[in-house]
Amino acid sequence: MKTADICFHLKCDMEKSAKSVVASVCKKFDHDGIRIIDILREVQKRLGCINGDTMELLADELSSHRVEIEGLVSFYSFFSEEPKGNITIRLCDDIIDRFAGVKEIAGVFTDELGISMNETTADGIFSLEYTPCIGMSDQAPAALINDVVATNLTPRSARTLARNLKKNHDPSKLVKKRGDGNNAGRLINAMVRNNIRRKGEVLFADRISSGAGLRAALKRKPDEVIQDVRDSGLRGRGGAGFSTGLKWDLAARADAKERYVICNADEGEPGTFKDRVLLTERADLMFEGMTIAAYAIGSKKGILYLRAEYEYLLPYLESVLGKRRKAGRLGKNISGKKGFTFEIRIQLGAGAYICGEESSLISSCEGLRGEPKNRPPFPVEKGYLGHPTIVNNVETFCCAARILDKGAHWFSAIGTDESRGTKLLSIAGDCSKPGIYEMPFGMKVSDVLDMAGAEDPAIVQVGGASGEMIGRTAFNRRICFEDLPTGGSFMTFSSNRNVLSIVDYFLEFFIHESCGYCTPCRVGNVFLRERIQKVMNGFAEEADLEYLKDLSTTIMMTSRCGLGNTSPKPVVSSIAHFPIVYASLTRESTQGFQASFDIQSALAESRRIARRQSMIYDPVYGESSE
Amino acid sequence: MKKKIATVSLAGCFGCHMSILDIDERILDLLKVAEFDKTPVNDLKKFTQRCDIGLIEGGCCNEENVHTLQEFRKNCDLLVAVGACAIMGGLPVMRNAIMNSEDPLRECLEEAYLNSSSVYNADNDIPNDPALPLILDKVYTCPEVVKIDYQIPGCPPSGDILWRTLIALINGVPADLPYGLIRYD
Amino acid sequence: MSKTVKFKIDGVKIKGRAGQTIMDAADDAGIYIPRLCDVEGLSPQGSCRVCTVKVNGRPAAACTQPLTEGMDVENDILEILNYRRDIIRMLLHEGNHLCPICEASGRCELQAMGYRLGILQPAKYPYLQPVRPIDASHPDILLDKNRCIRCGRCIRASKQIDGKNVFGYIGRGIHKGLGVNGRDLAGTNVHVSDKAVAPGTCPVGCIIRKGLGFHEPIGRRKFDKVPIGSDIENPESGRGK
Repeated sequence: MKTADICFHLKCDMEKSAKSVVASVCKKFDHDGIRIIDILREVQKRLGCINGDTMELLADELSSHRVEIEGLVSFYSFFSEEPKGNITIRLCDDIIDRFAGVKEIAGVFTDELGISMNETTADGIFSLEYTPCIGMSDQAPAALINDVVATNLTPRSARTLARNLKKNHDPSKLVKKRGDGNNAGRLINAMVRNNIRRKGEVLFADRISSGAGLRAALKRKPDEVIQDVRDSGLRGRGGAGFSTGLKWDLAARADAKERYVICNADEGEPGTFKDRVLLTERADLMFEGMTIAAYAIGSKKGILYLRAEYEYLLPYLESVLGKRRKAGRLGKNISGKKGFTFEIRIQLGAGAYICGEESSLISSCEGLRGEPKNRPPFPVEKGYLGHPTIVNNVETFCCAARILDKGAHWFSAIGTDESRGTKLLSIAGDCSKPGIYEMPFGMKVSDVLDMAGAEDPAIVQVGGASGEMIGRTAFNRRICFEDLPTGGSFMTFSSNRNVLSIVDYFLEFFIHESCGYCTPCRVGNVFLRERIQKVMNGFAEEADLEYLKDLSTTIMMTSRCGLGNTSPKPVVSSIAHFPIVYASLTRESTQGFQASFDIQSALAESRRIARRQSMIYDPVYGESSE
Repeated sequence: MKKKIATVSLAGCFGCHMSILDIDERILDLLKVAEFDKTPVNDLKKFTQRCDIGLIEGGCCNEENVHTLQEFRKNCDLLVAVGACAIMGGLPVMRNAIMNSEDPLRECLEEAYLNSSSVYNADNDIPNDPALPLILDKVYTCPEVVKIDYQIPGCPPSGDILWRTLIALINGVPADLPYGLIRYD
Repeated sequence: MSKTVKFKIDGVKIKGRAGQTIMDAADDAGIYIPRLCDVEGLSPQGSCRVCTVKVNGRPAAACTQPLTEGMDVENDILEILNYRRDIIRMLLHEGNHLCPICEASGRCELQAMGYRLGILQPAKYPYLQPVRPIDASHPDILLDKNRCIRCGRCIRASKQIDGKNVFGYIGRGIHKGLGVNGRDLAGTNVHVSDKAVAPGTCPVGCIIRKGLGFHEPIGRRKFDKVPIGSDIENPESGRGK
């Protein structure tokens, strides 16, 4: 009803304005279909929704098709066919935030705004919804109010915030106490804190001389630069750990006229927020790494793919790019190197975890649904628009710049045999010192827990939702590619947290974020969650655990990309590491009845409508129930 | 010792039972190795002994279906879901399509007894005699209610697949089912 | 004539051509690899995963995996058979596949795949029982999206053969589904003669031709007598390649 009312009120204005808005936005982006994500973002902001009529207008302007536009609008969470309020409040619904009390915060907002979750106020001003991890797990519960980040929310601060919003309708006025470092600067101006707790020698070293890496690189030949990166042993920091030097080498060798360098800043793995801090404090180093990569592989164009949740960093990042251009470190003849030209544009995402997967990210940059591509060909052969493309994580580019500055051997001397250098961990959960820790690879989980002041740690999730869940018996394992790899996420939970509710959350997350392209990931994860809930509710038997393992194998073996290849990991690793928890929740049924079938609830409606009791199952009729 | 077989039709159309009769003269061979206990075939209404094999036709639409199915589970060593309705709800399960409406069960009853264009109901009554079993909130498949050991698909399964499966179950060997016998329709 | 590539499927030596996929080369060699989203004449998309095989010990989709010299493909092994059964079951449970009342029954590739893979009971998983509206707006064609298996064959046929854009994917995850290029199917430029809506393009009963229901009697339907894939295994029995 509410939505219908808004539609009616807005319709007259919309019809007039939609056409002109669509026309002007399309013109701004030169009617370039590749930029359609940007176009849709702007149209969404200005019209509050992208409905069927707007889709048709867009299709006309861009010589596309309504169903293609609908495909995009219905894929990315930040687009909506239904009218959204001018101010959208997105509460972070990560597992950390749940444990930190986001439901109470939600209660405050629904109370103050007079709407439920996923609703819009009648005046069309506020929308309220949940969103997956926004990269603020160390300051949970957190929320995005348009592009303003509110952190460490309490019921009291949430109420004050909601009332202020109701008064002045201006999210930017919410920023009171600014965060540390560049967060306090004019361009970021955010309440976010960096919480850098441990500085290592690679990324957060105190003295990093700006431009040193690039200067060193330009003194060498491109293949020597690649060789340096290979010699350093640098592996991708996003989680998969592919050799960075090899990736660059493959792209450099691919037969092509154009090549692309893409930086993956779509940090969406639950519990990961280290790229957010690098983007805040080491943006210049990251761009330098991209520039070095461009020089090494012979690329003229780069893209920084920034997740929509980090839009508040955009003005700052643009200014860093601007400064680099002014200083001759971007553009033509970079740093005086004749013929070396490189430009970077920033592509904002629109709310899709899967876009962190490199080929999905490329699809998204191309203005497509963020679905993975078939491999082979790999992006290093045929990537962005069919050109050889390297996609590296923010941290990887930062490392590369440092390697060129300080030398491959300096870097490879840190860490373990197969995991060289330092790694940024973003630690969150039940600990007294959540935040960013730069540490050499190979550190024991128990040492990490001590460092972070973990409180009664019982469950540790390393590597985010798709990572491994371990218990106390495995706390002597090490953080490195050869043992426990992680893209940065490290979550610790105390013994009063429920293992199953964590597993259930991760499955809910994967179901929400699966692109739906392939059968096993689209459907299989739904079935996994159904059975995990059966276990949680105490209705499962031993055989259900076999079913879970069996189904997990099918999903991992047959899915098309990394999401489905890893989504059952919380299930598999929790069954392996917490057998007693599962054993205590399962029991054999004696009579062969399904414990999950509840005749009483199945009859409740019927009793109400028929206004009588059951002859069979209600004792009132004399016969006792089973 | 002859194996004891019981059969029942829950929310089904008795089509699967017609197929039991469709094993034709082979029923004489069947009776050499098995005997029927509770089944509409001999009109025996109650279990007289524990049975080896229970054949279930139909899913669960009302409380009596659930009760009967549970009785079968208690009294049979092996339970076989026979036909589309027992396995996945069959035609009756189409009513689950209205589960998302505001008051699904009432809508279902009103459609069936009052509103449907093919209904003539001068009294405008929805039957509600105390002797009528209460209808369930939705249609449940047999495996949702009790554990099912085997299934024979088909709507109805042919006499041939029933025969081959029964003989295999009685002899404790895997059934040999040539192409064309496994059918979902 | 492109270069010959030698490889093996289940130990059998096969010669394919460079640039071919495993699927194409297997078809030419008379070896059937089960598939649903892949169909002759359309570009492969690798989404249903039924054609999963093992290539040098690692899983891959045969329809999108290019041949490489000496590759060792495992197709007809129990492990793969079980994955395929699981995937077919997932599809059967994801939608509403009421074979007894479906007009596609007997020529449905999903159903036929269940038969071929020996799925006696599609009851391993829960039934999701979706409730998606039926689009009966078009005079000639009906869409029952409760039966859609997201294979995208109609989408690709419309683009690649009809030169139109009648269909497209919308939504994400379990809500990913079939969209039409308009308010409903009647609002598109689809024509009954389009390949996108021709019999055989939709492998299941999602795209239904009105007025033609149940026109083939039981016993004479496509998969009543022979399993799906027979045309590839016995090409002389009549498939024009």
